[in-house]
Amino acid sequence: MTTSTDHDSATLWRDGRPVYDRGDTVCVVGAGPSGLVAIKNLREHGFGVDCYERETGVGGGWNWRHDRSPVYGSAHLISSKPFTQYPDFPMPDDWPDYPHHSHVLSYLERYADHFDLRPHIWFGTEVVKVEPADGMRWDVTTRSTGGYGAERTHRYLGVVVANGHNWSPNLPAYQGLDDFKGRVIHSSAYKDPAELRGKRVLVIGGGNTGCDIAVEAAQQASRCWHSTRRGYWYAPKYVLGRPADQFHDAILRLRLPLWLRQWLLQRTLRLTVGDLRRFGMRRPDHKVFETHPIVNSQLIYHVGHGGIAPVPDIARFRQYSVELTDGTEVEPDIVVAATGYRPRFEFLAPETLAATPEGRPRLHLHAFSRRHPTLAVAGLLESDSGLLPLVHWQTVAIARWLRLREAAPQRAGEFWASTVAKAPERRLTGAKVQETPRHWFEVGHVDYLRALQKMIDGLAGARA
Amino acid sequence: MKLIRFDDWAKPVPPVRREMRSATPELDEGKPPVLFVPGFGHGAWAFAEFWLEHAAGRGFPAHAVSPRGHGASGAAPKASLRAYVHDVVQAAASLPRQAVLVGHGAGALVVERALARYPARAAVLAAPVLGGWATFGTALRRNPAGTLPAIVGGRLRLSRRQLFSRAVPDAVARGYVDRLGRASARAQWQLLLHRGPEPAVGDPPVLVVGSPDDRVVPASALTRAARRYGGAPLMFPGMGHDLMLDARWREPIDAILDWLEKGGS
Repeated sequence: MTTSTDHDSATLWRDGRPVYDRGDTVCVVGAGPSGLVAIKNLREHGFGVDCYERETGVGGGWNWRHDRSPVYGSAHLISSKPFTQYPDFPMPDDWPDYPHHSHVLSYLERYADHFDLRPHIWFGTEVVKVEPADGMRWDVTTRSTGGYGAERTHRYLGVVVANGHNWSPNLPAYQGLDDFKGRVIHSSAYKDPAELRGKRVLVIGGGNTGCDIAVEAAQQASRCWHSTRRGYWYAPKYVLGRPADQFHDAILRLRLPLWLRQWLLQRTLRLTVGDLRRFGMRRPDHKVFETHPIVNSQLIYHVGHGGIAPVPDIARFRQYSVELTDGTEVEPDIVVAATGYRPRFEFLAPETLAATPEGRPRLHLHAFSRRHPTLAVAGLLESDSGLLPLVHWQTVAIARWLRLREAAPQRAGEFWASTVAKAPERRLTGAKVQETPRHWFEVGHVDYLRALQKMIDGLAGARA
Repeated sequence: MKLIRFDDWAKPVPPVRREMRSATPELDEGKPPVLFVPGFGHGAWAFAEFWLEHAAGRGFPAHAVSPRGHGASGAAPKASLRAYVHDVVQAAASLPRQAVLVGHGAGALVVERALARYPARAAVLAAPVLGGWATFGTALRRNPAGTLPAIVGGRLRLSRRQLFSRAVPDAVARGYVDRLGRASARAQWQLLLHRGPEPAVGDPPVLVVGSPDDRVVPASALTRAARRYGGAPLMFPGMGHDLMLDARWREPIDAILDWLEKGGS
């Protein structure tokens, strides 16, 4: 790198292109739920923030106008309000326990306006490259999403990556898929139940999206098969008249050992939902909490009404049919693959995040790069509760960490060496969750927040 | 700073109808909204009398909320301090921009606790009744008949001599006292026995205002409260506890708004 003083405003250069120094400003990538809370908390801790958002509005995936939004028309939250809202900005009292996706977007838009975040967001701008620079700083190269105009590079104090992880569809490589004559869509492309009306529909995937779409197909399609790899625990949305997650946390606060909680919850589910084998569904091959929780009160109801036929995993696709692992064949007109998403960080070299060959970043508390103290990822979590409270505290921890680096670099260095760089990778959930890519980032909200609490307390203790 | 919040998660405060009274400036000058929180027994009406319009006249969108069981909000005979805090945070979050919280009397205690749940732009504690045994001792000494019933869950009655200076005509003062309601017995007890508030989110500037002639909050309590936030109280001699209804109501609200304009917020 060379420096030059003969350029108008750039005083730094990188590979022949000017780099504009943004001083102590922090760069946030993305203005979805994680990016917005990062801007707000960084600003609250005194940082200037430049946020780059490829779309023209806030909300990320929750904004159905965005071309990468995975939201479908009927999407409702599966975590109730207290687990869904930022802890310092509650959702209105007159909203339902489980808000609709349009509520979430209006909540995020109100959050952005309430805390005056929009002036810090560069809309229609996507991040092309994020590269480490001298002094643990970062060069961030951006360009307009439309592709016009030149690329520009700015140098930042730190980078918070909040680009979301539910936008790049994961479609497994099924044998024979290319020859299949029916229509195959990923759930990210599914928007409206009218698409299923009168069709024979095969829904693949036992996650919350797969269950939701199967329920819609039960009401719209002429046939619906729901293919899952294994039996799951289906939690109803209400238990004893209370949102199930609130009921669960009432148990959690008793600090019972995991095995007792599992027994208690499994017992409650057996008593309320019943033995699913009666409905032709498989018995779960794991204990409750060992896969991402599925919250759906209607799936069993529609299975019981014959609207949904539960079927096993896909063996292969044929030209006009799909063969299942039990040897049976079904002939769907349309296949909806609710097979999830893969996190992607094209603008970062994989080694920056210490990513595994499969692309899994290895981060302390799923947030802090162990190699680069001024690089963090916000919101890369799958939780047994809503994401927003967790990402709020993540970004508080990030802001406090960056503040400590500014205020007391030496103590910050000691803190990093002792607490972050050498911290072993550990599961942040009590249960032994399944070793599948889907569960890479699975955390229990209480376990995770306890770990974050320890870090935030440590940062306060390390304050100069 | 507490990240694990089982109370908020497992047992959220039930919703209730909430009274908000507002006065907004004709032109939006970009000034932050101010949310007034009345003390026990008072309602939003106490601010609607003078302060709301005056603040709006100076360009501040002004709002006052009645916590549940107060003013025209829904009844809540068993409400806790947590429920009052919830009402204030809900009201603040419903405003279009980050708000300044102004709590009067025990409303200041509610505001102090709300600051741990909502990153206010700034906060003002006016004649703050922050509870504890010293407050109780003062109340007992100055108004035993009005204070004693509260110990057994009865209503805490404040006399007009405690609330207003002599400059307020008797009939007017009596009118205000007649409008007073009551906080729940539970909240009254919590005024005595409560844990200290969690730290405020976002470290907002906090101003304490009061009167050395307040017959509910002694000057020493005002000084103590102000010290907690690294300042000294702004004093208005000759005024009673209810600064917003007293004859010279204009002085404290002007001082508060001046402070906000000068960068308090």
